[in-house]
Amino acid sequence: MRNTEVLRSFRIAAWLGWQIESNWTDPFLFAVYSIVKPLASAAILVVMYSVITGGNFSNPMFPYIYYGNAFYIYVGAVMAGISWAVIDDREHYKTLKYMYVAPIRIPVYWLGRGVARFLSGTIAVVITIGFGVLFLHVPLDLAEVNWPLFILSLTIGIAMLSTMGLILASITLLIAHHFFLIGEAVASALYLLSGAIFPLDVLPVWLRWLGYLMPITYWLELMRRSLAGNVAQAFPTLAQFTDAQLMGILLGLTLIFGALSVVVFRFCDLRARERGLIDFVTNY
Amino acid sequence: MQVQADPLAALPVTKASGSKLFVKTVLARAYPRIVGQQREKSWVFFEIFLPMLAVSSYVFVYRAIGAPEAYVGFVVIGGAMTAFWMNIMWSMSSQLYWEKEQGNLALYIMAPNSMMAVLLGMAVGGMFSTFLRAIAIIALGTWLFHVQYAISSYWQLIAIFFTTMTALYGMGMMSASLFLLLSREADHLAQLATEPVFLVSGFYFPIKSLNFWVAAGASIIPLTLGLDAIRQLVFPAGPTLGFLDPRLEFAILAVLCVVFLIGARLLLGYMERVAVREGRLTESRR
Repeated sequence: MRNTEVLRSFRIAAWLGWQIESNWTDPFLFAVYSIVKPLASAAILVVMYSVITGGNFSNPMFPYIYYGNAFYIYVGAVMAGISWAVIDDREHYKTLKYMYVAPIRIPVYWLGRGVARFLSGTIAVVITIGFGVLFLHVPLDLAEVNWPLFILSLTIGIAMLSTMGLILASITLLIAHHFFLIGEAVASALYLLSGAIFPLDVLPVWLRWLGYLMPITYWLELMRRSLAGNVAQAFPTLAQFTDAQLMGILLGLTLIFGALSVVVFRFCDLRARERGLIDFVTNY
Repeated sequence: MQVQADPLAALPVTKASGSKLFVKTVLARAYPRIVGQQREKSWVFFEIFLPMLAVSSYVFVYRAIGAPEAYVGFVVIGGAMTAFWMNIMWSMSSQLYWEKEQGNLALYIMAPNSMMAVLLGMAVGGMFSTFLRAIAIIALGTWLFHVQYAISSYWQLIAIFFTTMTALYGMGMMSASLFLLLSREADHLAQLATEPVFLVSGFYFPIKSLNFWVAAGASIIPLTLGLDAIRQLVFPAGPTLGFLDPRLEFAILAVLCVVFLIGARLLLGYMERVAVREGRLTESRR
């Protein structure tokens, strides 16, 4: 019975999320929208790199930047996507209170709402990497890819991003509509701190330790190592760690964030109910 | 029961009309942007903090690949100008859609004032509040990354900046009219016009780095030429990395000002008629 409720909450939320994400326009414009944004974002970095290096795409720095940026699409999509569902339901559609009285599990419902963004994010990641491989000589040999490492890292990484999304969604329950940029702000801060597009050694020492605390740092490193192992070895930041050690750190941090998400949800949920914030509309 | 007369009812009401009404409408619509936007501290914080994060990331990329320090300055100025583009997208273009969602748009149309004055008020107020944020981003970026400036002509710089802003907000007024007909897609289209515009307008690198015709095409967005000219005027390395001569860029921007402001007026009238005819001023397709 409990499993049925969890599954139903997830399935229906995923379907609802997909409808909201995709049915605002025709499939063609939706496809353009899903492709153009990530490609443009990658192209900014490609032009910056190309201007300075004179188009030397064989340097390991280029795939480091390119892969980091491509996989970072998941961070914005999954983490910010889950937290955005709270604002969307509460303030835009004004349906959050109905979700609360429905026989569903709210955290599972939020995770389900993130599925649509995960799917569109996956399309964007595949297209971005495909473009890089086809036109920019980003190294990718499918026979050389460490598939078990790739699949395991991706799975744990998505779980980790989901727990971070749940934490943000729980906090969003307590804040007004006009703080809607919190998800974007966290994603942007992590983009800077997690070494997504430059090795952590470039950061000032006083900021670097924050990067080492973030699971995204280790996840991105594992994704790079699984697809192009020699790229990761070119930078000293995490070179002293083996794949297994990195996986252990990622798993450990994911479990910590998972436990934290349960605590934060319970606290924020209770406070939101006490303060009558479930049907809170800030109106600007 | 005796009904007491309202003492205020006896006072004469002075009705503004003509140009006085136009100016009062502009000021009234600019007020919430100039004063109100400063009251919401979270907006002030995020509107400075988010571009600063992007600026910092791109600065560190340049440092990681060993770029000359001039590029750091380019990123700081480009990052400050993103605040204006975001303001155009979210507080000009999407504004009439949001007013429609809130139920205010019909009130705007019904009121005996000019919609052009409403748009102009939005533009003036938005320009002022965004200018404060842009200054904060430049100050922070300069301090954090030790950017050096060498301004070759203050007058040219001021002239280029204000012409760019006039053309840009003229473009914003025009796009606001286009967004009048949109519903939920407005948010997505505004999102869509972020990274691609940052790319083609050269917010984080000299526009000269792109193909000539791509850069020429992107010049329809006033920030492309404005940013290029500003960089040429404030950085010693600017002229060598500039796309066109700043005087030519100024002339093109002046033409864009006229085109966009006239275009905004014509388009607003047309879109308003279409929206009224199709009953889209009060619809809310969620």
